[in-house]
Amino acid sequence: MPQDSNPHLVKKQFDVVGTRPLRPDGIDKVTGRARFGADMFAPGMLHGAVLRSPHAHARIKKIDVSKALKLDGVKAIVTSDDMPDVTGGNEDLRVILCNVMARGKVFYDGHAVAAVAAVTPLIAREAVKLIKVDYEVLPHVTDVEAAMKPDAPVLHDDMFTAGVEPKPTKPSNVAHRYHFGHGDVAKGFKAADFVIERTFRTEATHQGYIEPHACVATLRADGTGELWGCTQGHFMIRSTCAGLLGLDASKLRVTASEIGGGFGGKTTVFLEPVALALSRKSGKPVKLVMSRDEVFRSTGPTASTAIRVKIGIRKDGRITAGEAELKFQGGAWPGSLVDMGAMAAFACYDLENVDVIGWDVVANRPKLAPYRAPSAPMATYAVESVVQELADKIGMDAIDLRLKNASGDGTKSSFGPTYGTIGLKATLEAAKKHPHYKSPLKKGQGRGVACGFWFNFGGNMSVNLTVNADGTVGVTNGSPDIGGSRASMCLMAAEELGLPYDQVHAIVGDTSSIGHCDITDGSRVTFAAGIATINAARDAVSKLCGRAAAIWGIPKDAVVWEKGHAKPAGDNAGKFKPLSLKEIAAQFSKTGGPIAGHFEVNADGAGVSFGTHIADVEIDRDTGATRVVRYTVCQDAGKAVHPSYVEGQFQGGAVQGIGWALNEEYVYGADGRMQNAGFLDYRIAVASDVPMIDTVIVEVPNPGHPYGVRGVGETPIVPPLATVANAIANATGIHMTHIPMSPPRLLKALAEEKG
Amino acid sequence: MLHVKLGGPLIVEAGGARAFDIEARTIRELLTLLGDQHPHMRPVLEKGVSVAVNGTIYREAFLTEIPDGAEVFILPQLVGG
Repeated sequence: MPQDSNPHLVKKQFDVVGTRPLRPDGIDKVTGRARFGADMFAPGMLHGAVLRSPHAHARIKKIDVSKALKLDGVKAIVTSDDMPDVTGGNEDLRVILCNVMARGKVFYDGHAVAAVAAVTPLIAREAVKLIKVDYEVLPHVTDVEAAMKPDAPVLHDDMFTAGVEPKPTKPSNVAHRYHFGHGDVAKGFKAADFVIERTFRTEATHQGYIEPHACVATLRADGTGELWGCTQGHFMIRSTCAGLLGLDASKLRVTASEIGGGFGGKTTVFLEPVALALSRKSGKPVKLVMSRDEVFRSTGPTASTAIRVKIGIRKDGRITAGEAELKFQGGAWPGSLVDMGAMAAFACYDLENVDVIGWDVVANRPKLAPYRAPSAPMATYAVESVVQELADKIGMDAIDLRLKNASGDGTKSSFGPTYGTIGLKATLEAAKKHPHYKSPLKKGQGRGVACGFWFNFGGNMSVNLTVNADGTVGVTNGSPDIGGSRASMCLMAAEELGLPYDQVHAIVGDTSSIGHCDITDGSRVTFAAGIATINAARDAVSKLCGRAAAIWGIPKDAVVWEKGHAKPAGDNAGKFKPLSLKEIAAQFSKTGGPIAGHFEVNADGAGVSFGTHIADVEIDRDTGATRVVRYTVCQDAGKAVHPSYVEGQFQGGAVQGIGWALNEEYVYGADGRMQNAGFLDYRIAVASDVPMIDTVIVEVPNPGHPYGVRGVGETPIVPPLATVANAIANATGIHMTHIPMSPPRLLKALAEEKG
Repeated sequence: MLHVKLGGPLIVEAGGARAFDIEARTIRELLTLLGDQHPHMRPVLEKGVSVAVNGTIYREAFLTEIPDGAEVFILPQLVGG
């Protein structure tokens, strides 16, 4: 068998991988045939609505549902009483239980308090209005630094800061302290010719997926049930809901719909256990669909942050020390993911002396959900802003300074481990020689550069590959396709089998049709599903060779697989006309039965990823509005399996980052309520806001994947905040220290600069 | 013998120590021994950590064998979006 059994031997020549065929879900999506979360209907289905807290922090004294229950058409109402705590000491599950339905206390504006199932959506919404809740309003806090103060209202009486000595004796809103670094930063700062220290703030943003959360759930008295919905992980939905409601996972079948964006925001449950509880109580299927207001107020945005960065540099451009302190609030429970930000902050730099502290803080806001490279954009914004200011200070080119200090193969990373083969310098070189970087700027324009890093990871993946009698091939896995995984799986299967792309069809199977698959997150699916698909195809090839050997009457190891055909391995094996996959498949029933390949893996070795971005901006000095007029992304993909999808990931990440940099923010009033829970007031970037995003795919193969693949989905959102900030600084001379750099904020800074 | 370095949440639980020398053949054995020797670390270890062996980060594949003399870091569990 001509198969490479060494996973570290990276294939370099490809027939199908690297081409740009039409995406398999494209026609369904543009013609409206694709079925999303809210597109499912079940016979006898009820419609649900959720009552949500109008208070940022309050004790629930009493919930009276009597009037609502009397409304004609109402079939069931659930509160936390209908969702008893069966989490058995699992703290992570208990937090989810408290988040999906308030238990005794509401912790944020929008926190679910009760839910209704009725025969129409209108009746369900009317019934919600008839539920009377008696609240004791408590003092609240929504700002990260205010939440850390000793006199701040404390959200949890049993939360004591972990990771500090001596251990606190009083509860506080600070859940954890994290510490990373190496060397001696004091010594490093002494060796510097210049030291710059700045403080930054970034506001919370939402992933901004266009499709609101939606599901249809059925749960019967015998504990069997089905759930259809939009999610980044239906196996996660099954295990989490089973844990929250005390169900047997095997009895709950979850099917993932097509998904209208997730970006991390659909990696946990919100509506799903509530819909199941309503179905259990009513005996009918129940559909729940969030409004946009609910998506903003009740799902998971990013952290809001306060960050201090200090960096020292010699006149020759060598950075001598980097130090940062990150304060992240991630909503009402621990888990701001400040640890991810602390590890990512200086990951692009080869530093002898680095020290980063992260504080995980709770506040009266919705519980954070990850957002594309969670926490890295904010930490990178702060560090890359100071790096640019230092470059300006010593009069060194922005890319040259970064090249001088960039992490490379064998660099001891700022968070500890030594890097293997990485592509940061290759992305910097690509940016430096790109026509964009060499092009002249017009009067009033500014140009910025920044780098970014993300870990990427692998995880659990199962793949079934079936060879059909007509010679076509089906591939099934169980991680929802968000960024093109079906296309990439088809390409990789076709590559191994020696088939054209259009002979392979991939689907996402439900939880009862395939082995466990993790969530689609962490830029992991093309990497992990790729490993599983390649090996499932190799398993099938082995069986196909066995069938050919049986037909020819020669030993199996005398058969090789080349370009979609079984062939005798050499003259000694005998002279036989090669058999195509189609010819072998046609005889499956007579040669031993169905032919399929399988592979299950917990994949590691994903390989970290780096990118370098360039932005040109124009500032309207009368309004403070910033317009991005040119933008280029250079990123290492390891190997681009479907280059158009890879470019799409680069472009999408850049656009989301530009929106975050310039406009997006959660605005809270003094009452602790969100004031802009809608796309009219929460301003995401739209097509008319951005130029065509140019892309350069850099390919530094990942030795941990048979084809060299690295994840690409998250890294492109890391550099834009800093890239745009550095471009604004170049245009105006003002280093903005508060994200978003919205028109009012920039106008104020321009006015202050003028004096 | 492995030289194991700590990052993030474990340093205080380890009494301020940033590194340990320990005999372990697999990641699982390493984490079990660390928890036995430093009980304060056990809740963090049980909640979930990532382990980097010679630069490759493992989130859960704890039966992975660790070569003698390998560079080993214990990090927070990675989360993605």
